[in-house]
This record gives sequence, C-alpha cells and structure tokens, in this order.
Amino acid sequence: MSATLQGDDIIICEGVSKWYGSFQALSGVSLRIARGEVVVVCGPSGSGKSTFIRTINRLEEHQVGRITVDGIEMTSDIRNIDAIRREVGMVFQQFNLFPHLTVMQNITLAPIWVRGRTRRASEARALELLERVGIAEQATKYPGQLSGGQQQRVAIARALAMDPKIMLFDEPTSALDPEMVKEVLDVMKTLARGGMTMVCVTHEMGFAREVADRIVFMDHGQIVEEGTPEALFANPQQERTRLFLSQIL
Amino acid sequence: MVTDGATARIPSPDIQRMVTWVRANLFSTWYNAVITIVLVYGLISALVGLAGWVAQAQGWPAAFTNMKLILAWTYPNDQIWRPQLAVLFVAALLGLSAGVWRGVVQLVAIGAALTAGILAVPAIGLPEFAGMVGLPSWLALATSVALLLLGIPIGRRAGGWLRWVLIIAWITAYPIVILIVRGGIGLPVVETKLWGGLMLTLLLAISGIVLSFPIGVALALGRRSRLPIIRIFCIAYIELIRGVPLVTVLYMGSLLLPLFLPGGESVDQFIRAMVAVTLFSAAYLAENVRGGLQALPAGQTEAARALGLNVVQTTFLITLPQALRAIVPLLVGQSIGLFKDTSLVVIVGLIDLLGAAQNVVGQPDWLGTPGGVWRETFLVIAALYWVFSFTMSRVSKRIEDSFAKSRH
Repeated sequence: MSATLQGDDIIICEGVSKWYGSFQALSGVSLRIARGEVVVVCGPSGSGKSTFIRTINRLEEHQVGRITVDGIEMTSDIRNIDAIRREVGMVFQQFNLFPHLTVMQNITLAPIWVRGRTRRASEARALELLERVGIAEQATKYPGQLSGGQQQRVAIARALAMDPKIMLFDEPTSALDPEMVKEVLDVMKTLARGGMTMVCVTHEMGFAREVADRIVFMDHGQIVEEGTPEALFANPQQERTRLFLSQIL
Repeated sequence: MVTDGATARIPSPDIQRMVTWVRANLFSTWYNAVITIVLVYGLISALVGLAGWVAQAQGWPAAFTNMKLILAWTYPNDQIWRPQLAVLFVAALLGLSAGVWRGVVQLVAIGAALTAGILAVPAIGLPEFAGMVGLPSWLALATSVALLLLGIPIGRRAGGWLRWVLIIAWITAYPIVILIVRGGIGLPVVETKLWGGLMLTLLLAISGIVLSFPIGVALALGRRSRLPIIRIFCIAYIELIRGVPLVTVLYMGSLLLPLFLPGGESVDQFIRAMVAVTLFSAAYLAENVRGGLQALPAGQTEAARALGLNVVQTTFLITLPQALRAIVPLLVGQSIGLFKDTSLVVIVGLIDLLGAAQNVVGQPDWLGTPGGVWRETFLVIAALYWVFSFTMSRVSKRIEDSFAKSRH
C-alpha cells in the first residue's frame, strides 16, 4: 500500500510471474525503478529478461503480481494499458519500423493519431528529433532504404516523438552490424545523460559501465543479483553472475 | 566475295550476341537442336494454318453485324446513349482522379485509355444500329480516351476542392451509373431483363469486385477476432461458400431465395445475381487478405501497440495497408477470375457477353454459312475478354512496381 505512494519510483514491479503453458518464464520478479534512473538488465538467453521488459508495457501479460507504471496499475483494463503505453516508449531488436511509411510518417504517426497533435507541429518535432539522432536528411526515405544503424535511430526518434516518461530498450544493438553499434549506443548515452528513465536489455557492458545507475542480472526468470556497475563488475556476490560476466566481458 | 570489304562484314555486336544466345540456348546439343526444329516447324505451320483460316472464314460478319447484341443485348437502341454516357462519366472521373492523386490512379487511367484506344480502332468498321440514338461506338471510345487523358492535366491544376468532389463522386458513382442505365427520375425505365452482353458482364464484375472488397476485408479481420462468436461466424461463412461452386450460389440466390423471403419474387434478377457473385467473391477475398495479414511480422503490431495506437488504428494504419500491398497480384488475379466467372449467370437466365455470343451463333441467318459462325464469333468474344483481363494484369504489374520502393 505504502509502496505506490512512496518516493519517486516510476516503475514498481512486485512478485511478477508469468507462464507460457507449463513453462515458467518469470518467477516473482520484484524491481523498483526511480524516475531518471538508467537500469541495464542482463542475463543469458532464455533468462526472461526480454519477457520481463515487455510486461512493463503489456506486450506480455503477467499472470501473478503487480506492475505499477507512473502511478497507473497495469490491469487488463484496456484504458489503463493504453494510458501506460502513451508514457512508455519502446525500441526493439528488429527495429520494427513501418516499411510502407516514410521515416517522417513513421515518427509523426503516433503523435498525430494518439496525442491528437497537428501534422505541422508533429513534423517540426520529428525533424528536431531526427536532428538529435543525426539523420535529419533521411526524413523522406523509406526504412528499407536505410542502414540498420540508421533504422534503429529512427526507431528511437519514433519512440521519443510521443514524449515518453520511460524508454524501454529490448536488445537494441543485437541485430546490428558491429560498426553500427556505436552510433546507436551514442544516441542512448545522450538520452541517459539527459535524465530519461531507461530500462535496457543489452549485453553492451561498456554502455552499462558508462551510464547505468544499476545493473540487474537475471537467470531462469528470476533476479539473481543487482547493484551498481562498479559493485557488480568488481565483486559479484553470486556464482552465476560471476560465470556470466566472465563469459561476456 | 570474301575479299570485297571484309571489314564491313563483321557482324554488329547485337547480332553476335543473338547468335551466341541462339547457339547456347536452342542448339546446345543435338537433341536440343532437334527439339528446336520440331517446335519451330510446328509453330510456323500452326500460324500459317490459322492465318489461312482467318482469311477464308466466312463467319466474321456474324459478330460484327450483331455487335449491338454483344455489347448491350436488347437494351433499346434509342436509349443507347445512356450506357455510353455512363462510360464517359466514369472515364471523366478516372481522368480527373489521375490528375489529383497521380501514382496508382494514374496508372489505372492510362491503362484504361490504352484499352479504349485499342478497341476504338476495330470499332470504326462497325455498322450503325437501326434507330440508334447515341454516338457511333468508335466515337464513344475515342471520347472516353480523350476524357481520360484530358482529365489528368485538368485534375493536376485544379484546387483541393476537386479532391472532395471526386471522393463524393466515386462513392456515388455506382448508383449514378445504375440510375443512368436503368432510368427512373425523368428518364424512361429500362428493365434489367433487357440488359445483357458486355454491359451486363462489366456491371456484374465491377459491382462484384467493389462490393466484395469491404465484405472480404471484414471477414478476414473477423476470422482473426478474439471474440468467438464473430470468429466462428466468419469461419463458417467462408468455409461454407468456398465449399460450393459459384453455380450453386447463383441457383440459391435466384431460385431458392425468393421462396424463403416474403415478396422475394419481386427482387430483380440482376440484383440477385449481383448479390450472389459478391457474396461468393467475398469469401475468397477474405482468405487472400488473411494470408496477407498472417505474412506480416508480429513486430509490426507490437510496435504499433507500444506506440499507443489502439486496435482499430493498428489495423487500418499499419497491418491492413501492408497486407493489401502484399496481395495485389492475388487481388487482381481474383478480379480477373470474377470477371470471367460472371459468364455463369447464363444458367439463371441472364444474358452476359458469352450468352449474347451464343445467341448470335444460333441465329437462323447464319444457317447457310458453311461450318457455322461459332468459331469466328467466339474468337471475337475471346478477344474482348482478353483485352479487359490483360489490362487488369498490366495495371497490377505497374501497381506492384510502384509499391516496390517501400519494401525492404
């Protein structure tokens, strides 16, 4: 009860569990994320980290537990879900840009249809965002004409165009060619330093070390360990964490 | 021979390439050479035979003197200007729309202009119909070509108001065409039982294609619905209709339905056939659309939902436009099929293009013609069917090409 009122926690997960049939993907995940905090979620594949991040905007439905985002409790009420989705931006591993729309249309679609903004205001804002992610000159192209790194930056701009309070990143650099990873990470770092609340599923430990306030290590659908990057990298408490970090660092 | 101007006799690169291609593809081995020679001989003798038959066949006048029956069946001659007016109305609409929207619409308009232009040439030789009030066929076709092409620059220059006029005009186009052709409000009524020929085929096919589109899309979406009642209804409908031949649906519509409906016997035969064709086509269209929807990656819906778009917005802004683009070839293929399938309405007593031709062939005037006139007449009909089908498939190809740039 006091939990929802307490402090400045914008995401509150309490005992979140989820099953796919008889397979338990999440077992009692509890995590509180403060406004402006940057949290990196890592773990081996199949550890439930993507599933977890996707429960925060209801792309996956949790069966047990409680999720509260910006004071709104996630229930099956579609109005609550839509209210949360308006405040939570998401960037996907496969970019998921809309291939039949230009870059500009991709970015202005949701502001126009969901926020009810004018086309002119949305386009001005979109150009500003494209400028920020460094590809203003691509506005009239279609996603298929851009490189992977450019597409992912458009996807970030598209999410930012809704002026979200929280940004979720689901392995944003995993589908990119190595030489394009940096351009996307640079955009994410700028965003993190600008005070955005971010939850990132990623294996980019350099990024985590540089901008993360906290690292959460998951395995078998549970949070095994969490802490500041310094503490976790220097002195992991759990054997599983140590093993995982030794493999990717 | 070899000495004079040997340098000038070196074959040009084009010819050389051709010779190389022929050697590599047609005469690469001795058995390929044999197959090539046999096929070329067969092809040439078939063409020579056909040309000889075309030249000496005596049945050609049947189709051309009866072109009125083939095009409009027993539609009154003194009212023939009305179907012509309907054609010109649609041509003007299409031309102006091509100027306003360009892109795909322009491709359709140019395709239609080409088809009408090609048809106008043989139409010059058509005899006048007795007591006809209207333009000669070739002039009607030429006028529609002019309207199609003139509309493009006019539409391009006109202001934004024309856009809205055109949208309203397209929505009301089919009722307006039917009003012009059938009459009422000031015009003498021409009963649908007098309709027929190409006119009937086109009206049935266009209404079938246009009306089955929204129904088919709705069925496809319904089949994917989470609500069991809607889903089960859609599945049942689609599978029931797909499980029976079109002939059965036509019989149902035209013979059985009037028995069940109060006052059903008064429902027009044309409308019954139109409803049957539409309902039949919708079931197939639904499955095509569903295929297009299923081919989309799940990430598209997820991205749309994550942005806060609701289910309706996601469907109409994201998934449906992509699905429809992907299935343009299927949609056009189905439209061509429907256009030709309308010939089955003969069995419920309507006289379409094919029915009219059959009737012409059976006229007593041609009893004296050796061998009958059916070969010549059906060839003319086949050419008509082909011109329309080929236009549709060319337009489809151009539409696909224009969408290609927005794909990966």
